[in-house]
Amino acid sequence: MRRALALLGLAALPLAVLGVFFALPVAGMVGRGFWPDGAFDPGAVAEVLARPRVHRVLWFTVWTASVATAAALLLGLPAAYALHRLALPLRGLVRGLLLVPFVLPTVVVGVAFRQLLGEGGPLAGLGWEGTPVAIVLGLVFFNVAVVVRTVGAAWESLDPRPGEAAAALGASPAQVFRTVTLPALRPALAGAASVVFLFCATGFGVVLTLGGTRYSSVETEIYLLTTNLLDLPAAAALSLLQLVVVVGLLLVAARTRRGSEAVVRRRAGRAARPVRPRWRDAPQVLLTVLLLAALAAPIGALVVGSLRVDGAWSLAYYRALGSPSQDGLLAVPVATAMLNSLRTAVDATWMALLLGGLVALTVTRRSRGRGERRVRATLDGLFMLPLGVSAVTVGFGLLITLDSGVLDLRDSPLLVPIAQALVALPLVVRTLVPVLAGIDDRQRQAAASLGAGPLRAVLTVDLPVVWRPLLAAAGFAFAVSLGEFGATAFLARDDAPTMPVAIFRLIGHPGLLNYGMALAASVLLAAATAVVVLAVERLRVPAMGAF
Amino acid sequence: MRTLRTAPTRRRGRTGLAAAAVLALATSCSLVGTGEDDPAAVESTDGGGATSEPGGEVVLLTHDSFALPDQVVADFEAETGIELTIRPGGDAGALTNRLVLSKDNPQGDAVFGIDNTFASRALEEGVLADTDDDAVAWPDGVEQYALPGDDEQRLAPVDNGNVCVNVDTSWFAENGIEEPESLDDLTDPAYEGLFVTPGAATSSPGLAFLLSTVAEYGEDWPTYWEDLVANGAQITSGWTDAYQGSFTQGGGKGQRPIVLSYDSSPAFTVAEGSDESSTRALLDTCFQQVEYAGVLEGAENPDGAAAVVAWLQSPEVQAALPESMYVFPVVDGVELPADWARFAERPTDPYEVDPAEVAANRDDWLREWTDVTTR
Repeated sequence: MRRALALLGLAALPLAVLGVFFALPVAGMVGRGFWPDGAFDPGAVAEVLARPRVHRVLWFTVWTASVATAAALLLGLPAAYALHRLALPLRGLVRGLLLVPFVLPTVVVGVAFRQLLGEGGPLAGLGWEGTPVAIVLGLVFFNVAVVVRTVGAAWESLDPRPGEAAAALGASPAQVFRTVTLPALRPALAGAASVVFLFCATGFGVVLTLGGTRYSSVETEIYLLTTNLLDLPAAAALSLLQLVVVVGLLLVAARTRRGSEAVVRRRAGRAARPVRPRWRDAPQVLLTVLLLAALAAPIGALVVGSLRVDGAWSLAYYRALGSPSQDGLLAVPVATAMLNSLRTAVDATWMALLLGGLVALTVTRRSRGRGERRVRATLDGLFMLPLGVSAVTVGFGLLITLDSGVLDLRDSPLLVPIAQALVALPLVVRTLVPVLAGIDDRQRQAAASLGAGPLRAVLTVDLPVVWRPLLAAAGFAFAVSLGEFGATAFLARDDAPTMPVAIFRLIGHPGLLNYGMALAASVLLAAATAVVVLAVERLRVPAMGAF
Repeated sequence: MRTLRTAPTRRRGRTGLAAAAVLALATSCSLVGTGEDDPAAVESTDGGGATSEPGGEVVLLTHDSFALPDQVVADFEAETGIELTIRPGGDAGALTNRLVLSKDNPQGDAVFGIDNTFASRALEEGVLADTDDDAVAWPDGVEQYALPGDDEQRLAPVDNGNVCVNVDTSWFAENGIEEPESLDDLTDPAYEGLFVTPGAATSSPGLAFLLSTVAEYGEDWPTYWEDLVANGAQITSGWTDAYQGSFTQGGGKGQRPIVLSYDSSPAFTVAEGSDESSTRALLDTCFQQVEYAGVLEGAENPDGAAAVVAWLQSPEVQAALPESMYVFPVVDGVELPADWARFAERPTDPYEVDPAEVAANRDDWLREWTDVTTR
């Protein structure tokens, strides 16, 4: 009984937030679809589900997201190893830069891709422009960092001794990887794969900007139905389909993770030491370099574009960002927009860490009995849902459900950071859970028997191990918030434009100056992200890094 | 179990430091409890003394493209004592649908940014309040932009602009090809593979262009689009992809010299030191877009909201529209910026489609358009 209460207590805050800011709005919007004119009428929803177009859209979403997820895993795994286990020069910097795609506005990246793949571009011969190949490439571009970071964080905290023991017993490096490392990484891999899949399946801007109008995903279809046609039954039908697919996926992911947790124990301090690269690491390093080059191509196009004015190198576009805009298009100076972005991101980050930390602690406590394990597994999955459900549905739902009494939060300045925190939450949970799950519960029991209270036990046993993954998660949440545009675009905000909004406005108007300034602002946003993420990751508990 | 061997006192030191760091980060730059850095709020307390009638707070709901100079807003607040809170979010469609969904409990007092393709829906759904008994006197020139059928003047026209096909005149001069002039020309093999347009389903100028073709070809518009696609027209999802990505005069240095954009666009392609724009709008291909403002039904401060709507038609706001939002004023006698007056030519007789007809057919037209263009 006490255990059940404690479980509830830990999970109460995250559950309440999820309930108010996610479940309630989604239920509200779906409800409007089922009760179109106040009367229950599921017929319209059922009719939509039978449309051939809906089947096509669903199939397209599932296959592009699956292919992109597989590609991101294959490309991200060597990089996770190289950047988290090998003492490569500049690896900290590279890890920070890997998050840059996360914050770049899709419209800007879309134009960069077009310059590379489109008519007259260096890769035009491949004929990929406006094809599903371009969409999959775009999805991988935006999401491969998820694999590198979540898997890398888990890899970093693996106890190297079982591998060393296997090697001492004569196992080849490949055998060690297959029989020791890979099983130990399975929870992290499954977690990363499910997050990437959800990001891809709900990737909205990528499908629109890179696929043109020929392809529709469930997400773009919901956007069209809700914001343009106001066909709520159809939007509700698609939202439900989305939920079904997401829940199915989460069940598969949970099954993959189960049973493999805690195969390899993790320990504080010692496990994190990266090793000097050896010759046999060459393939992984080479693949990492290739991946980085591929990611750098569109970013490089942006940087070059922001520095070329009338065919010569110049900082004119950057200077223009600082001076008050002559035509008032930038309602606030870019510095102010950047500050707005950073402030919102700080809020979203601590919210995501707080909620994600509580969720991760709750789901990784050792369970007594099957029922309790099931409850914890369900909780784990529940907090992944916000990634898998349409931002349009949540955004509109927030406006129609949080509108009265104590829940009249539509105008709250908290709404935007909370919405972003919910998007970042699964990343935090997926980064922390594999690490926390690897802590031997007997350590906590020992701490308890030595007189430590529950909080003290967490601080002395869990925190030292989880500190670095926690920082990695913080960097992640920060980047998600800085780059987030879709979920917040539908919330009526206070008039405090963030960087993505400012960039969107600049590139949305004709004129070379506007275009150049949009590129320059994107580069600044990306640079700021990299710097902040690097700084966050340098935060250490004294003596932790030194061991 | 090595972790347990560490002395408890040392542990406490570390975790305490970590907690302090997290706490410092959370408190030092948090946004929670905002307000002191909201420029509008600060300005209104400065100038709050010189009040006349309405006063109070007015929440103006609008779209993402809303922008007005700070000074214009501050002057208005000082003059009226109104504290204006601007809440942008989404595009014109998302804005309208947001209003429809929350009409029983609106999130603000006034709205700006409903355009003539969504206006009928807003009216039909009863989102907008009736203006008081005697009709409000709009400034001269506004009447011609009024929404047909809106006899109660619920929607006050604020700005207008035309969606027109633009051409890169320098490209056509260099290649010795005559520039196209009409919608028909775009299906001419001479212009094969040269045109790029945003799609009607995902872009508001894209929808305006579809409506141009509906106005020109009536029932036969799908045939026109078939020809257009067969002639190699590229269809992107948004204006940015088309103009900045594929147009020869866009930022991304694309390959197509014909693009769908606005009648104001040529004012932005004047190279420094040049007295000629390198692009031109084809004035026979234009569809007129009008944006409206109105008082919301159920507004908490209807008087203040009415004052804000009237302010949007005032000379100060009207004069700021071109450079702030890239649209033309609706009030007579407002001076245009020099570049606009010179380079932004306006159509005399743009295409029009009755807003009620748009409202009735939007769904079918978009479905058919999608079928035709992705066949």
